[in-house]
Amino acid sequence: MKTVRRDFSAFRPHPLEGSAMNSFEDVHFEGSNRLFVAVWLWLLGLTAVEIFLAYIHVPVHLMLTILLGLSVVKAALIMAYFMHLRFERLSLVLTLVPVLVLCICLLLVFFPDSVRLLNLRVYR
Amino acid sequence: MSAEAEGLLVNDWGGGTLPYRVGHRKLGMWLFIVSDAMTFSALLIGYSYVRLASDAWPTPFPFFPSIVFATVMTLCLLSSSLTMVMAVSASAHGNKQSARRWIWLTILGGVAFIVLHLIEWRHLIVDEGLKPFELPEEWLARWSQASPLFGATFFTITGLHMFHVFTGVLYLAVVSLRIRRLRHEDVEISGLYWHFVDLVWMFVFPMIYLLSVDMSSGGH
Repeated sequence: MKTVRRDFSAFRPHPLEGSAMNSFEDVHFEGSNRLFVAVWLWLLGLTAVEIFLAYIHVPVHLMLTILLGLSVVKAALIMAYFMHLRFERLSLVLTLVPVLVLCICLLLVFFPDSVRLLNLRVYR
Repeated sequence: MSAEAEGLLVNDWGGGTLPYRVGHRKLGMWLFIVSDAMTFSALLIGYSYVRLASDAWPTPFPFFPSIVFATVMTLCLLSSSLTMVMAVSASAHGNKQSARRWIWLTILGGVAFIVLHLIEWRHLIVDEGLKPFELPEEWLARWSQASPLFGATFFTITGLHMFHVFTGVLYLAVVSLRIRRLRHEDVEISGLYWHFVDLVWMFVFPMIYLLSVDMSSGGH
């Protein structure tokens, strides 16, 4: 009977992996711990502003506008520094971000229908 | 076009074996994150649609304790993002032991978030009597004509987010256990996922909680 030796080497760690691997891998890393702590403090500060607005009861439409604005700023901070996008190639950013923003904006097409639904009701 | 701008374009879209200067796994994670971001946007816009189309919407979260409680949850998640950045930073400098410790701190933050969230869910389901398609009697008395879909939107959005945190915790646990065999970029990719989960909460927290603050109690 012929024994077939399967090659499992793809599943085993590469001999060079582990601590020796780092010297072979082209590690691209920018940003200091100090910068990351500063970003974290900014995120905490913006969150504190949002919670303060909830505490003083800002009217709901104004509240929605401010909250969404602050959330977009926070998302941009997280993507730029924590997710490292600021230090990547511009081509990666241009491939990922505009299409996402466009698709989210396309979803806004539903809101006129939402208002129509509200105004259809006769019993109010 | 000036020669400078042309040079920038050629450099940036020059192609080669790594057109984006990231590995294929990292690019894959980014594409997943974009698609997942669209899922959450669709859910949040669906929630906004229902809320806008309803005659009334319950605003059941008093500043104390509900909002303060959710604030502590936010703090857990934000801080776990910082510890994850520290883990990636340590891994980039070749210090795998330190990276592993930071990842365990990150997991701790994620688990704390889930535990607090489940306590809150229990309060809403058991104490208040909120169901996915039915409001509690007391809520209906306070907000007449309120949409019964409050529970559906709340449990779907926060539930899917909690599931993401849960899978993130498992993912990070596997990464930290295998960190000696993994490359730096693999650690970085798990960080991308974790930060994305944090990013989603930056929209869920204001839209679900802060826009549903109970006006008549707490605050002034």
